[in-house]
Amino acid sequence: MIASDAIRIEGSTLRLAGRPIWQDLTLSVPESEFLAVIGPNGAGKTSLLKVLLGLLPAGGVVEVLGLPPRRGNRRIGYVPQQKAIDPDLPVRGRDLVRMGVDGDRWRFGGSPEAGRRVDEMLAAVGAAAFADASIGRLSGGEQQRLRIAQALVGEPRLLLCDEPLLSLDLHHQREIVELIRSWQERSGGTVVFVTHDVNPVLSMTDRVLAVVGGRWAAGRPDEILTSATMSDLYGAPVDVVQVRGRVVVLADTGDPIGGHHELPIEPAHSHTAQSRP
Amino acid sequence: MSLLRYDFVQNALVAGAIIAVVAGLVGRFVVARNLSFAVHGIAEVGFTGAAGAVLIGVEPVLGLMSGALLAALGIGTLGVRLRDRDVAIGSILAFGLGLGVLFLTLYTRYATEAFTILFGTITGVSRAEVFLLMGLGVVTLLALAVISRPLMFASVDPEVAEARGVPVRALSIAFLVILAIAVSEAVQVVGVLLVLTLLITPAASAQKLTARPALASLLSVLIAFGCTMGGILVSLVTPYPASFYVSALSFGSYLLARLIGPRLAASARRGADQAPATALRDGQPGLQVGQSPEKTSL
Repeated sequence: MIASDAIRIEGSTLRLAGRPIWQDLTLSVPESEFLAVIGPNGAGKTSLLKVLLGLLPAGGVVEVLGLPPRRGNRRIGYVPQQKAIDPDLPVRGRDLVRMGVDGDRWRFGGSPEAGRRVDEMLAAVGAAAFADASIGRLSGGEQQRLRIAQALVGEPRLLLCDEPLLSLDLHHQREIVELIRSWQERSGGTVVFVTHDVNPVLSMTDRVLAVVGGRWAAGRPDEILTSATMSDLYGAPVDVVQVRGRVVVLADTGDPIGGHHELPIEPAHSHTAQSRP
Repeated sequence: MSLLRYDFVQNALVAGAIIAVVAGLVGRFVVARNLSFAVHGIAEVGFTGAAGAVLIGVEPVLGLMSGALLAALGIGTLGVRLRDRDVAIGSILAFGLGLGVLFLTLYTRYATEAFTILFGTITGVSRAEVFLLMGLGVVTLLALAVISRPLMFASVDPEVAEARGVPVRALSIAFLVILAIAVSEAVQVVGVLLVLTLLITPAASAQKLTARPALASLLSVLIAFGCTMGGILVSLVTPYPASFYVSALSFGSYLLARLIGPRLAASARRGADQAPATALRDGQPGLQVGQSPEKTSL
């Protein structure tokens, strides 16, 4: 059982600057599953990725691909949150992807093998046409394709994505989701997808982890994305409604709960709805 | 060109060439890492070191280098986060200069020494100093060659680099040490107050002209080299200092690069747009985008 889990977390607690990010978190993600991590800004979604990457120490048991987290694990691909890039920075898309091959190696000079892999990956994500422009001058969607190419070029078993759809329009959101879905289908890899909106990836989501103000709930989408679970989690009346296959989470003010809304939740008690493996 | 027969001219040109190569390459990382202010801070504390050296009767170059290294380590230690860095540099710089003023007041006889350090006198470089500069230059370039790949990764993409196990923090301090040596070298040509003209401007001009990293490094070196050589040669036949000419040429190259850079970028973009933006690719079945039928959600 354990061998087939890409991620196993048991009784893990994480505190940052004295603030509990999560308590007694227990979660397992079998290989080749898709985990969507949802919750408001500052709830600790990115922290979860940092723990899995070995950049943040957390209490309890944490295993990634059967081993404790460690920095520099080449079996993990990481797509960090987008940030503005200087348009003058002389780094092209192919250079960014190349960094995914050997950017961490203390070696000077080129390697034709690395160049070939970069070319293949650029073609595979449909980035060949803009691979020679400065990355800072590319659109958000183009940059995200390159980021995903960079994460996948090392042929990882686990892909961690931090809000990869942020600031993309619907068309580009769909393209990025499709890229990830087809990679997963082809390689059987596992995906952890941090997002404040679950809808673009709902159809491929096997498991949802919701983190709100120090509390969490994990399970199948139909277990977690319910009025009861979300109300418990937020500690306030929350309605989860389905509109033409999309899930909308509404606070009692009627405002949809998205990345820009944060309910002031005190981590008073820890209620959890756990998944049954 | 009969000037070339003179020892001091040869020394100046050889020293200038070494410094230009070092500054051009180090400058690439200064710009990529947004370290302009650090360069300034390191140079000013270097000035204090030089003034202190004069005071106690040691070679100013040694004081300069000690001051620069101390400043670099201070910036590296105090300015861990980007937000802290500028504040740390400002505080170190201000205190350093305060000390510098004190040293100068304590030892007033060497006002010309201070002027030399502040504004540089490349034509005063001795043969021994040329060898020193050469040795330091080789060490700097070798160190840079070894760390350049992970350093560029950490500069461009710190989150992913850290996740991939690149020692981002150690590299940051290592680069500041390299930078301190490069600053000490550049001070020999243009002086403390004008080091940015060799450590920022050529790299900034180069990256206006190309998106290719290797070509940007080459152009940065060529621009730094041209400005330094040109500045030294012109200063020899005119009564004005090399620092002025070097900075004027350097600024000129920057303006020129800003003028023609966007045209180059536009023509490159036009070329790229002729290729289809999104098309199905073969070779890697299953990794295809662009034509997938719309998915129905839950």
